[in-house]
Amino acid sequence: MIRFICRRLLFLGFVLLGISVITFALTHLVPGDPARLMAGQHATAEQVRELAERYGLDKPVMTQFWIYMTGLLQGDLGMSLTNRRPVLDDLRQFLPASIELTLAAVLLVVLIGLPLGLMTGARRGKPVDHLMRLLTVGGVSMPLFWLGILLQILFYKHLQLLPIGGRLGVLDIEPPQVTGFYLIDTLLDGDGDAFKSAVIHLILPSVTLAAGSIAVISRMMRASVIEVLDADYVRTARAKGLPDGAVLRTHVFRNALIPTTTILGLQVGALLAGNVLAEVVFNWPGIGLYAVNAIRNLDYPAIMGVTLAISVIYVFVNLLVDIAYVILDPRISLEGMA
Amino acid sequence: MSTLEVRRGRQRLATRILANPLSAIGAAIVCLAVIAALFAPQIAPFDPIQMTPQDRLLPPSALHWLGTDDNGRDILSRIIFGARYSLIAAFGILILAAVTGTIIGLAAGLFGGWLDEFLMRITDMFLAFPALVLAMALTAALGPSLFNAVMATALVWWPWYARLVRGQALQLKQEAYVEAAVIAGASRLRIAFHHILRNCLTPLIVQLSLDMGYAILTLAGLSFVGLGAQPPTPEWGSMISVGRDYFLDNWWMVTFPGLAIFLTVMAFNLLGDGMQEVLSPRAPH
Repeated sequence: MIRFICRRLLFLGFVLLGISVITFALTHLVPGDPARLMAGQHATAEQVRELAERYGLDKPVMTQFWIYMTGLLQGDLGMSLTNRRPVLDDLRQFLPASIELTLAAVLLVVLIGLPLGLMTGARRGKPVDHLMRLLTVGGVSMPLFWLGILLQILFYKHLQLLPIGGRLGVLDIEPPQVTGFYLIDTLLDGDGDAFKSAVIHLILPSVTLAAGSIAVISRMMRASVIEVLDADYVRTARAKGLPDGAVLRTHVFRNALIPTTTILGLQVGALLAGNVLAEVVFNWPGIGLYAVNAIRNLDYPAIMGVTLAISVIYVFVNLLVDIAYVILDPRISLEGMA
Repeated sequence: MSTLEVRRGRQRLATRILANPLSAIGAAIVCLAVIAALFAPQIAPFDPIQMTPQDRLLPPSALHWLGTDDNGRDILSRIIFGARYSLIAAFGILILAAVTGTIIGLAAGLFGGWLDEFLMRITDMFLAFPALVLAMALTAALGPSLFNAVMATALVWWPWYARLVRGQALQLKQEAYVEAAVIAGASRLRIAFHHILRNCLTPLIVQLSLDMGYAILTLAGLSFVGLGAQPPTPEWGSMISVGRDYFLDNWWMVTFPGLAIFLTVMAFNLLGDGMQEVLSPRAPH
């Protein structure tokens, strides 16, 4: 196990190196001039040159790369060109909001997607199954940002039940940052009203983000449930008189989970990407909204920082999924997977 | 096999795919979208770009079936023209990514050795990365436009096809007819294209038909955050992006372009599912 994790971490190192090279190379092929952009349209050539000098934008590309890589190894992601703060500080501030949203979505995917798959798999060919097939195809075909907007129209405008966006209401007091997760920080702060508000603000974004993955996971779960239902041990369990519910819960559910777990890992990638869209729709102050703003302003250091951060999370999640896979199914050897 | 038999075989295949009602519905919607794209100037009742400020933000009516946007343009006409952008761009991604991936996958699978090792490590590196995020960074670097969004997305997608083709090539390499061709003295190129590639095509086409919807969604997403098609281009994602400034009081501006994306993607997914069921080797023949 330890050898496996070490090998994967080594691979992670190479991936990160590759990603920093790729993002660096591409963000420096940009036709636009960031110094000019930062200085504004009316700045003099003198001011632009001064800015370029201050941020090292006038140096040869290789020198810039060297500065970037040595800084990176010391945990320095550079300064954001727009708000002139260290990118690492920005990430620290915006990342928790994204993680909170993603975790809420993962929770929805697990709590809704898995039982849905089990239910439809067990009722294969029945009307419920056909209905669910249509719903799941619909779920993966729906543009996430469109779903978000429709939910806003319905729940904010017409029903007036849920807020349109943000993490807290205008009147709520932001909790002091401890973990960065509002659900935890508001509780630590003892502010019940803010906690309630944080929960309410989380509903629409997390449902929007989760919808596509719920469809994928329930579909996957259905397929593996159908496969497991054919297995000898299920027949044995039934033959010895175990009631249907117990067979489904103990034998079918657990065994069908194994192939579904890998897909769940892949879905985390989809969720991370979907975060960007959901955060734009719901004005959720996370890393996705930060990334979009950075991209609009050609803020290289911020773009590279965000891309790196998301890749690190993605690779780590996949490592965790592989480990979970082994724990769930002891028959799988780690050596073959590294 | 004579040409006639091949044609009959294809007809049977199409009949089998369309026998599933859901696939048939998918195929019908795909046909509609293609017709809309091809004959947009003939079908669309209004000009998709021309502004008519006096008609701005009109709700759906007998004249403007799906309402008008903030510049008084007919939304139905814009959606019909938008089919061109969405379909061509998504198709462009698939072709670029599939051709690149196929060449790399074939090279890796057939030549093996260090070349295989090298190409597959690069592939792994791309796969270890959330594709949409990389595509966003790339598009941003190249400059926001639909063309650049297509290039960037293709650049992050090819590894999937490289993997698929490599796996197929490795398997096909062992087949008796390939060995026979080697013994008969066929050149490497001939074996690669004539014997291996031809037999990789079926799984590749199935995969492409399943990915078409995803390509449309990805492009719409990029346009939505302002990285793809730019206004006033009547691209569906970009229409929603503009409509978002008005959506609370003018629901039609975001609802209908989104519905167009949704239906088209769903149609491709249903069709792809149907093709997979019929064409995949696991399906009973």
